[in-house]
Amino acid sequence: MENQIIESQVINLTKDDFSSDQMVKWCPGCGDHAILHAVENVFPNLGIPKEDFVVVSGIGCSSRFPYYMNTYGIHSIHGRAAAIATGVKLANPKLSVWMITGDGDCMAIGGNHFIHTIRRNIDINILLFNNKIYGLTKGQYSPTTPKGTKTKTSPQGTFERPFNPGELVIGSQGNFFARSLDTNPKHMSAIFIEAAKHKGTSVVEVLQNCVIFFNKAHDLITSRETKDDNQLFIEHGKPLIYGKDNNKGIILKGTSLEAVTIGENGITEKDILVHNQYDADPGIHVMLARMMPPEFPVALGVIRSVAAETFETSMTDSISHEKEVSKIRNVDDLLNSGSTWTIE
Amino acid sequence: MTTKKSKVVGLEQVVVRFAGDSGDGMQLTGSLFSDSTAFAGNDFATFPDYPAEIRAPQGTVAGVSGFQIHFGQNTIYTSGDLADVLIAMNPASLKANMKWIKNGAIIIIDIDAFTEKGYEKAGYASDPLTDGTLDGYNMIKAPITAFTKEAVKHLDLDNKSVLKTKNMFALGIIMYMFNRELKHVNTYYEKKFKANPLIIEANKAVLAAGFNYADTIEALGSTFKVEPAPLEKGKYRNITGNVATAWGFMAAAERAKRELFLGSYPITPATEILQELTNHKDLSVKAFQAEDEIAGIVSAIGASFTGSLAITTTSGPGLSLKSEAIGLAVMTELPLVIVDVQRGGPSTGLPTKSEQSDLLQALFGRNGEAPVIIIAAQNSVDCFYSAFEAAKLSLEHMTPAILLTDGSLANGSEVFKIPRMSDMPEIHPPLVKANDASYKPYRRDPEKLNRFWAVPGTEGLRHRIGGLEKENISGNVSHDPLNHQNMIMLREEKVQRVANYIPEQEVRGKSSGELLVVSWGGTFGVMRTVVEKMQKEGKSISLAHFRHIMPLPKNTEEVLSGFKKIVVCEINNGQFVKYLKMNFPQYKYAQYNKIQGLPFMIAELEEKFNALLNE
Repeated sequence: MENQIIESQVINLTKDDFSSDQMVKWCPGCGDHAILHAVENVFPNLGIPKEDFVVVSGIGCSSRFPYYMNTYGIHSIHGRAAAIATGVKLANPKLSVWMITGDGDCMAIGGNHFIHTIRRNIDINILLFNNKIYGLTKGQYSPTTPKGTKTKTSPQGTFERPFNPGELVIGSQGNFFARSLDTNPKHMSAIFIEAAKHKGTSVVEVLQNCVIFFNKAHDLITSRETKDDNQLFIEHGKPLIYGKDNNKGIILKGTSLEAVTIGENGITEKDILVHNQYDADPGIHVMLARMMPPEFPVALGVIRSVAAETFETSMTDSISHEKEVSKIRNVDDLLNSGSTWTIE
Repeated sequence: MTTKKSKVVGLEQVVVRFAGDSGDGMQLTGSLFSDSTAFAGNDFATFPDYPAEIRAPQGTVAGVSGFQIHFGQNTIYTSGDLADVLIAMNPASLKANMKWIKNGAIIIIDIDAFTEKGYEKAGYASDPLTDGTLDGYNMIKAPITAFTKEAVKHLDLDNKSVLKTKNMFALGIIMYMFNRELKHVNTYYEKKFKANPLIIEANKAVLAAGFNYADTIEALGSTFKVEPAPLEKGKYRNITGNVATAWGFMAAAERAKRELFLGSYPITPATEILQELTNHKDLSVKAFQAEDEIAGIVSAIGASFTGSLAITTTSGPGLSLKSEAIGLAVMTELPLVIVDVQRGGPSTGLPTKSEQSDLLQALFGRNGEAPVIIIAAQNSVDCFYSAFEAAKLSLEHMTPAILLTDGSLANGSEVFKIPRMSDMPEIHPPLVKANDASYKPYRRDPEKLNRFWAVPGTEGLRHRIGGLEKENISGNVSHDPLNHQNMIMLREEKVQRVANYIPEQEVRGKSSGELLVVSWGGTFGVMRTVVEKMQKEGKSISLAHFRHIMPLPKNTEEVLSGFKKIVVCEINNGQFVKYLKMNFPQYKYAQYNKIQGLPFMIAELEEKFNALLNE
């Protein structure tokens, strides 16, 4: 391969560089609009040339995303985005690869690709829009629909236990998991930037609202009345404190987390757990990812961010090494290698 | 070793079959004999016959592993019908292989394994050595186990290691029988076990012991010599179909100046292609072992979008799993080669046996109107050229291609005249240059109708593709009724126009006459052998063996029109014949089909063709 000269250039891009001319066809009020705007705001600020972005998706409402971005993009088939993104990244590790997916696309039909992509730690950024319902097929339950929810295919309420995406990511040896909200564009943007910076598979779960088929699925977390007591914005090195009066916190009691009020029962700020997103041990991260109202607030922000070698780096290194040590430089060498004989 | 007692008889061609328990090392024995055959200058073809289980119960018929080699002083087209010489390391391998040997064949057995216990495991009700089963055969009852032990008793080896070398005793006998030199085998052990001199010494000692045993015994009335074949001048090697397939793609990647990307999931009998390509990082091959068949193909689609020569390899059940993704590649009009190493189906079927039963799946097994290029390799060496051609057509016409091979080509090996890369055709993928203002995702080449390849990372060409129907030229999502019909016709026509870029169908023999034999894919060797034999006998018979299935060569109709009768021979229940009937309903087609997980035999085809000629 010829030497690649990486030009260091100041890249002046704006949101307009990434907006496509296609009509955005999501329902009015859909959370996807806000996520699209956040992504359009983030891409110009990553220092990456615009032709180096590839947006990959599967099938579902969220998966129309690539058509609405002016980047290279593939809108593929149901569930397979992670494996397609893998092929894109391995073919050209220089590219910034973004996968857009929903709860059904990612964790039902695409579950296998999702866990294995994470396990391999391929450097792609996965934005998982979790609206807890199948929207494009009009209202069937998904792998994240809360147990007992009545949907078109669960008229008596679902019998299934839902996945918690963070738990699944970390259980698949994921090294980056973050969560954000479609109602908080500023936070989304900040988190997407963190995901982009992370080398390896990064998964951001965006709690996204489907206004038509499961409106207010995240109401406890997002409604004006309850949000302050149910949103915990976590930051590395900061205590896990939340609440309207900033007097609630999370402590580690025995082997479990507990939500407490500072000043009650002798709890002081010193007792509150300090977030360490870089902790290689996933124990606390899983517990944080699992926190859900009403018992706990939902953790928003980067829950886990651990450095590890990526698959494509190992592969590229291995290729460089083999090219260096092998006597086979081209296909003629290959054809003539090993046991051959000549007829005169 | 130069003082041979027995007289030497010249033979034109011979079939030798090695059979033993699956742990007896028969594949290695066979391949070492093949190497020696190459050095002797003969043409040859081989075929391994092994059980689906890695270690079936020892000593049973289910656990028998075989390796057949057909070599000769003339061109060899097949791995041979029935064996002239059988080496049977135990009663089960004798029992399993009696139906694959000629009347009066030489049978070499390890007499030490022919015990009551051995008969019981093999399911022999009585002693085959005495009950008449072997009457008329030329039996060599060699005490292989005992003499092997004797040969290495001076080395301090455990019993297991000793028994592992007894295949070399058998090989030694065969090497003597065919007047071969031992040095290539010895060199193999010296290289392979450099770190373990004891193993080298043991194998050499046992090999020599077998050779000397054969020299000593009276049983071997004569030895045999097969003169070198009149092969063209040049450099040769031995190659299996799977390795040839892998190398064909590496050759195509080099000629196309693209990186090769393979996304694949292990499946018998295609796995060796994945294994071979993972071993060629030195040629920048990116071989990705995916989590399943679907990830195998879609990762390849991702790599294709990104500018690689992308391929995926599988067998029948895997092709089923890849159907939807092939449709995506058709819709996105990306280059992609899907290799299906066919095996017995349906479902898991006969994983280690060969069949031609995925043809209709390859042609039609997708939702919607989803045509793809289909090429079928005709022998193990042709896997190299077919892989190259499938890649070339797919890249230049921007549409997926399916390459059909099969288990017998994949595992069988043949003598391969090493080509020079500079003699291989150039490949020109329709890449778009940066900032080409005229670029539109679905603008087409007026001749081939392919769209153009704009690769991520290239400035000024950002675009989106996907599985939804696209407007022609602009590539925007479109549900317009007329556009949909137009796009379907364009994709179909694009594949049909590939016929302008492939050779015309060849007819072996006269272009008109009584009987045209039609076949396709992996049966070429046997078809050619039979037809040429009958032509020599003066019969009015010709062969049209198809490599190009979709599209069919332009002169196909003309080829079919020249004969009074047409017979289509396939290792399936009649799939190509259905396709021909569909395309050329004006002809009557007779059929010969065999679906036993076994190749055609020369005699059965001859009988069928003679019957048709005499009707």
